[in-house]
Amino acid sequence: MKFVRLILSNFRRHKTRTLLTILSIIVAFVLFGYLAAIRKAFQMGVSLAGADRLVVRHKVSLIQPLPQSYQAQIERIDGIVTSSQAAWFGGIYKDERNFFAQIAVEPERFLAIYPEFIVPPAQKEAWMRTRTGAVAGRKLAERFGWKVGDRIPIQATFMRPKGNGNMWQFDLVGLYDGSDPEIDTTQFFFRHDYMDENRAFGQGQTGWYYIKVKDPKHAEELAKRIDETFANSPAETKTETEKAFVKGFAEQMGNIGAIVVAILTAVFFTILLVAGNTMSQAVRERTAELGVLKAVGFTDVQVLMLVLAESMLISVVGGVIGVAIGWLTVSAGDPTHGALPVFFFPPEDMIAAIVFIVVLGLITGALPALQALRLNAVEALRRE
Amino acid sequence: MPDKRLVTMRNVEKLFHRGSEDIRVLNNLDLDIDRGEFLALMGPSGSGKSTLLNLLAGLDQPTSGTVDVDGERIDRMNRRQLARWRARHVGFVFQFYNLLPVLSAERNIELPLLLTSLSAKDRKEHVHSVLKIVGLEHRARHTPQTLSGGEQQRVGIARAIVTDPTLILADEPTGDLDRKTGDGILDLLQALNRQHRKTIVMVTHDPHAAGHAKRRLYMVDGQLSSEMAA
Repeated sequence: MKFVRLILSNFRRHKTRTLLTILSIIVAFVLFGYLAAIRKAFQMGVSLAGADRLVVRHKVSLIQPLPQSYQAQIERIDGIVTSSQAAWFGGIYKDERNFFAQIAVEPERFLAIYPEFIVPPAQKEAWMRTRTGAVAGRKLAERFGWKVGDRIPIQATFMRPKGNGNMWQFDLVGLYDGSDPEIDTTQFFFRHDYMDENRAFGQGQTGWYYIKVKDPKHAEELAKRIDETFANSPAETKTETEKAFVKGFAEQMGNIGAIVVAILTAVFFTILLVAGNTMSQAVRERTAELGVLKAVGFTDVQVLMLVLAESMLISVVGGVIGVAIGWLTVSAGDPTHGALPVFFFPPEDMIAAIVFIVVLGLITGALPALQALRLNAVEALRRE
Repeated sequence: MPDKRLVTMRNVEKLFHRGSEDIRVLNNLDLDIDRGEFLALMGPSGSGKSTLLNLLAGLDQPTSGTVDVDGERIDRMNRRQLARWRARHVGFVFQFYNLLPVLSAERNIELPLLLTSLSAKDRKEHVHSVLKIVGLEHRARHTPQTLSGGEQQRVGIARAIVTDPTLILADEPTGDLDRKTGDGILDLLQALNRQHRKTIVMVTHDPHAAGHAKRRLYMVDGQLSSEMAA
């Protein structure tokens, strides 16, 4: 503690330079927080994907439909617990910019497969009773100010209704919450049977199947059996674990994780050079002073620790402020207003940020601290 | 009763390597210094007086020979041991004061005390007692830039004596000061020697400054060539 004043006093030396170095570290960590949230948004669901869930889709592409008749055949396979039909709706709510996922499902089966979507029992019952019923995620409802009981009109794009109209009407019978902050609560689920009965074409088809298996250990084997069942049929299937499915879906836009890591690596490398240069300069300028410290009895290691503590302090001050600002800005919400349904500073990245702060302080201080360690007091004093 | 002899140097040699050339800066040098002495080391530039001072301070090691200070063979110590030994036994006064510009006078003086186990309160008391000795109590909170050269050197002296070291070493302490201010510093060193029984070794070019010492030694080519009692 008695050395703290000595360490802090050095920050008064070149205030502007110290401030700019701290600012650059702040910017790096704000960016870190933001990019971590974006990466998480794109990886959404991958880490939560259940090991006991499979997704069956058309072998050619996700947009190719599958016959509803497959469901009974799938459920006959030993080891399958239940399944739910699912279809992408892709409608427009008032304005094209109001994008959110709308998925037709079989309510009871779907909620049995996804217990992490929490719907109050009364609202769940209402959904079973109401053919036009839909359930929205809490975040989505908050976004548009929806309440249970509201009628939600959605304009069709490809899923056109029978007749001349172009609008679908849904009754909001419930809101769901996630059992985990990572769960996407910006989705809109409605009944597959309602969609199937009222669509202009495509009756008897679905988009994909969610499957729940009895034993996750046999998931891969069951996926293979499902695909074998429909081999050489007009609609061959591709069955994969939910994790692989979600990951593949996320990576349609490219490997966002790798892109984010690449950006952060570049940012931190630059910051490393900036802060490292500042510390080296600070030590070079103080060669004689460090010589004095050694002359009055500071050991080589004590001088090394003083320099290291100084760089660590710069890193900690900049890093902590940066992480705090990053957390605040990320907490302010998704900057795209809906395109990134899950947007938060993940706790594991918060821990990573703390590790980076310490590593940054150590690396930027290491070289100057070693210079200080090796400094010969006589030589240093001669340079005065 | 401590031994009267404080420093004993025997057959001390110091070689510096410059490229393939060896430069002999100290040549088979013997030196004894008694407790309570005020010794002035004089000689032309390059005669080896600063090197000798550095050996006495434990800032450098002889190439050969022995250096015994207060019963301890400092020529046998490693860098870490020497640093700890310096903290306990040596007070250094520099020609250009070498104060840390970001610290106030009292914080500069406190520096060597940070290496002791004294509490903050005790450190403060020590600092104020030496500020009184050097006559700078009223300038305690001033930073070096706001002090005159003479005042800065007084702070330097206060820093050198604050741990009550065995040996005070001064390298051209008046070299950067005008005659009047320099005399003030020399009077202070003399008072420390006479009133506080401090052992002082001072390197100087200036015969007037050396005149304040009890004993003067003249160095030429790495050897002590003559000795004059004051």
